[in-house]
Amino acid sequence: MLEVKNLSMRFGGLLAVDQVSLDVQEHEIVSIIGPNGAGKTTVFNCISGFYKPSGGQILFEGKEIQGKPDFRISRLGMVRTFQHVRLFGNMTVVENLLVAQHRHLNTNLIAGLLKTPDYREREKKSLERARYWLDRVGLLDLANREAGNLAYGQQRRLEIARCMVTEPKLLMLDEPAAGLNPAETRELDQLIVSLKEDYNVSVLLIEHDMSLVMGISDRITVINQGRPLASGKPEDIRENEDVIKAYLGEA
Amino acid sequence: MAAQNFRHALFCAIVTLIIAYPILGLNLEARGIDITLTGADTFTVVMVFIAAVVVFAFQLFRDGIMETFKSLPGLRSGGAHKEPMAENRRARIESWVITGIVVLALFWPFFVSRGSVDLATLVLIYVILALGLNVVVGLAGLLDLGYVAFYAVGAYTFALLSEYLGVSFWLALPIGALLAALFGLVLGFPVLRLRGDYLAIVTLGFGEIIRILLNNWTSLTGGPNGIGGIPDPTLFGMEFGRRVKEEGNVSFHETFGIAYAGEHKVIFLYLIALVLAVFTALVIRRFMRMPVGRAWEALREDEIAARSLGMSRTAVKLSAFTIGAFFAGFAGTVFASKQGFISPESFVFLESAIILAIVVLGGMGSQIGVILAAVAVTILPELAREFSEYRMLIFGAAMVLMMVWRPQGLMPMRRIHIELKGQE
Repeated sequence: MLEVKNLSMRFGGLLAVDQVSLDVQEHEIVSIIGPNGAGKTTVFNCISGFYKPSGGQILFEGKEIQGKPDFRISRLGMVRTFQHVRLFGNMTVVENLLVAQHRHLNTNLIAGLLKTPDYREREKKSLERARYWLDRVGLLDLANREAGNLAYGQQRRLEIARCMVTEPKLLMLDEPAAGLNPAETRELDQLIVSLKEDYNVSVLLIEHDMSLVMGISDRITVINQGRPLASGKPEDIRENEDVIKAYLGEA
Repeated sequence: MAAQNFRHALFCAIVTLIIAYPILGLNLEARGIDITLTGADTFTVVMVFIAAVVVFAFQLFRDGIMETFKSLPGLRSGGAHKEPMAENRRARIESWVITGIVVLALFWPFFVSRGSVDLATLVLIYVILALGLNVVVGLAGLLDLGYVAFYAVGAYTFALLSEYLGVSFWLALPIGALLAALFGLVLGFPVLRLRGDYLAIVTLGFGEIIRILLNNWTSLTGGPNGIGGIPDPTLFGMEFGRRVKEEGNVSFHETFGIAYAGEHKVIFLYLIALVLAVFTALVIRRFMRMPVGRAWEALREDEIAARSLGMSRTAVKLSAFTIGAFFAGFAGTVFASKQGFISPESFVFLESAIILAIVVLGGMGSQIGVILAAVAVTILPELAREFSEYRMLIFGAAMVLMMVWRPQGLMPMRRIHIELKGQE
């Protein structure tokens, strides 16, 4: 479904990402791991269109998407979250989900002014979808609160819900467990697996929490200093000497 | 502490003297070709000294005075959280009050002088302008310093159409607004990828370009001489002048068999402006609840997140810019008709600054606040005619005080929340 071939990203003299390749098949959870500063988020930014890669090829469902503007890529069905939570803090929880469904709404100004049946119908549907996902991530009771006032773990879940209402095919999560306590991490674990199982969404994940990564990933790609280090099933990665070296340093 | 306050106060008083004495106390008088410097009369000098003493006293006891101000009720913003029930009731009361004011405003002009109605029309024009700019600055967060350009486009569209093609007010009104919107679209397209300060500078430039173009394109616009003889609006073909200007039209007073009065025309214009202002407020209010309104806010709050959700930055910003320009075009058409004569002089940068000041004073994004501020900023200078030389000074002082005490504006924006029913 997603195929990244020899992706490179250069910032001036710094080669932040060097010849990284990875792929995500349908119905699969793929993780990218690596030490801090390895270039994981840069890979994410290239795939999601925030950066224009300096080299390589990115294919989504067989079509080249490298260099396309971010919002177009997102509309293809590839939605991401951010390392630092990026919610619309002044808006209520439910409004955050409505904004995300921009594409599904009737944005014709005249239609909105006259409240045409089609406009109302779509508005109603999007509210229902928002309600469904709030219920799904356990935030229904907080629907009318301001998003900025939620606890951190709740904000994380809201961010995922906000991606899900856009009905993506591929969900890209950038360190979703950062700052969560063990109980919250376990909940997140279950949520991600259920997204894959119940909603047929593929997931590309950046994560530091090894128990989470090892537990849910179908495959793992390891990046070190912008270069691909290893790639394979969780149990292979766990035993891989290079990976152990990169993480623990040479003995 | 006390010593420091004293030193600070003394310093402030001296600064006041240094600034105030040369400005108020010294006069340059032209006698023939020479200019002589004369001192001011004793009264002015005494006043300057009194001012210095006041500054000194205020700075000395500043902490105490500020404490007293802080403890005054009402200057503080209310509780951060309100119960949803109270919020609902408040909204209902608010809508009743507003309806009442609009109804009052409908009948009010029949009981007051012609001058007041004229002024009220101007106020309403500013209300339309400020509401339009509020979309751009308050809701979409785009700092536009050249807003007056679209006002000018609206006004000149009507003036030129009537001059060359004899188009009437009612036809020119939508054309002017649409043309202004088109200008917004065309100007907005290249500049909206800029952010913050850069956008402000470029829009400032565009505003000036339009004005200078109008000034120099003498063959079309008459340049600095402006365009006169812009017709008044008609009521279903009835003219408000003493004599009918156009063939086939009838005059208002003859149709209804009443005596001719100059007020009719003024009141009619006022009512048109009122209807347009209410229309503007309602339309923008609906926009705020529509997907496009949410998109403006989302993009203002976090552009990266909005883009990651598939929102096109350019399209969303452009819509705000265009809609803002549209309403400026409205205001411009009414203004041209009210004045009967326009020249580039009416569309200088100061005009943009005043409209922006109205939005900031009223509270960015808040419609009621912006309307109140438009009324205050337009009427106060008229009431304080005797102080007209100090108008800008008072204006500046008011801005500074506002920023210190109420940086969020007169009536800060209360978001219209969409509630998920049956929760909480």
